[in-house]
Amino acid sequence: MLNNLFTPETLQEAWTVLKTQIPLAIWETVYVTVLSTAFAIVLGLPLGVLLVAGEKNGVLPLPKGLMHALNVIINLLRSIPFLILMIMVFPLTRLIVGTTVGTVASIVPLVIAAFPFVARLVEGSLREVNPNIIEAAQSMGATPMQIICKVMIPESVPSLISNATIAITTILGYSAMSGIIGGGGLGKIAINYGYYRYKFLVMLIAVILLILLVQIFQSVGTKIAIRSDKRLK
Amino acid sequence: MIELSHLNKTFQTADGVVDALKDINLTIADGDVFGIIGMSGAGKSTLVRCINMLERPTSGTVKVGGDDMTTLSPAALREKRRSITMIFQQFNLLMQRTCLKNVCFPMELGGMPKKDARKKAKELLELVGLPDKAQSYPAQLSGGQQQRVAIARALATNPQVLLCDEATSALDPKTTHSILELIRDINQKLGITVVVITHQMSVVEEICSHVAILDEGRVVEQGDVAQVFAHPQSDAAKRLVFPNGEETVLPPQQNEARLRILFNGSATADKPLIATMAAEHGILANILGASTRAFHEQAFGEMLIGVPRGQKQQTLDFLSTVPGIAVEEVAEDAE
Repeated sequence: MLNNLFTPETLQEAWTVLKTQIPLAIWETVYVTVLSTAFAIVLGLPLGVLLVAGEKNGVLPLPKGLMHALNVIINLLRSIPFLILMIMVFPLTRLIVGTTVGTVASIVPLVIAAFPFVARLVEGSLREVNPNIIEAAQSMGATPMQIICKVMIPESVPSLISNATIAITTILGYSAMSGIIGGGGLGKIAINYGYYRYKFLVMLIAVILLILLVQIFQSVGTKIAIRSDKRLK
Repeated sequence: MIELSHLNKTFQTADGVVDALKDINLTIADGDVFGIIGMSGAGKSTLVRCINMLERPTSGTVKVGGDDMTTLSPAALREKRRSITMIFQQFNLLMQRTCLKNVCFPMELGGMPKKDARKKAKELLELVGLPDKAQSYPAQLSGGQQQRVAIARALATNPQVLLCDEATSALDPKTTHSILELIRDINQKLGITVVVITHQMSVVEEICSHVAILDEGRVVEQGDVAQVFAHPQSDAAKRLVFPNGEETVLPPQQNEARLRILFNGSATADKPLIATMAAEHGILANILGASTRAFHEQAFGEMLIGVPRGQKQQTLDFLSTVPGIAVEEVAEDAE
């Protein structure tokens, strides 16, 4: 595979792909990743809040059965391999998007796979909030809603941003997998050229670009997280 | 007025039931600075949290300003809590908010317009001596400064009661002193009732007028600070007043009588007691232990002396003529 990686033909082909398909693929990957992450946060953030606030000693205790059900559902969704999940949610995808193939259609399984993960990350972030600060807010007469919105979430913003970065890089990885079901992006190029047609150079380029994207997301995320943390100055 | 009556609190732990508070009865008058002192684990923090219902007592009643806290609805309790504010050992400021916004926080919770809240917050930061730290974040401040911000925050809702939960325990002695001064100022200027929870005698001595001593969940002694510290009755009180142990003295000598002299706020500085005894009465006393402390410029404490058995009555007669002290014989078997 490696001894004929760089031949005039492969280089010529790679150059063509780079010019004609890669720009769109990068856009599709970023677009699908960011959009899926956004939807995953919209669903996962409140769920993560419930996991912490709804506990027995939380600020908004919820019935034990409900908490148990939430935990089971999250664990269940998280234990299904993404490849299988994509196929299992076809009916839902068709219901929402109208089709099960294509770039937009791949957002549905991505969100379904990612929101339980995001919920767990949010849960972790909120648990880091100093319980004494929450107690102080209670002593001032804060309602449970005020404690969640004005104490727990704002106080954990740096950690939430760090975890959002982890989420976005993980979802980026998943989005590459959705090339299998016709989702667009760098993943599709890597699979189509590398796996189906043995054009390893193109695959390599797609993978390197994915790595670069992860690097960019990660370093930007880390920087924002650090800058947002007022405990460090 | 804060009235705690027959207050009990039990915790269910893995090791069984723990009685944190046992039949607590306390009355704290309006405008008082009331100290609750005890060793760690005595139940002080639980007790203070029962006043604002951060801990629900297992039984008994808590009345603050006539309202029975235990029966208030959640909404009424939240409203009531705005008049009973609290400061903490670890300050518990919101770390991601500026000092100004920290002070605004309780007003924000109450729905005060932002502009008014900011104006009041600025005034309060001025009151606690930190007008230039409005835009700083708590992490940029020293412990003492953070506690000042916390005090400003606690005053934002014009409370009637300020609960201080080990508010100076994380601070050095000098900072402790300045924070206590601030608390006393607030008590005097604004007439706020202050409840001070501490394990430090010096804190109670410095600002409290009344004190309750808590030991293993019980109030073992309470009353006027001067009185309680001058004549500690309970073992717990004695441990606090004489932390090094009053009875760690030499074994009794034969032919020696032991007397305990209690200084009850006498101004003894101008007349040396032991030297007078020796010079004017020929009583050669052996000082076995002494622990005295000044409180409001008067001497409190006690001294254990040994005198020859033959001179015991003479000594007792002399000491009974000295004002401001009391004397008692220590029974031999008590040693």
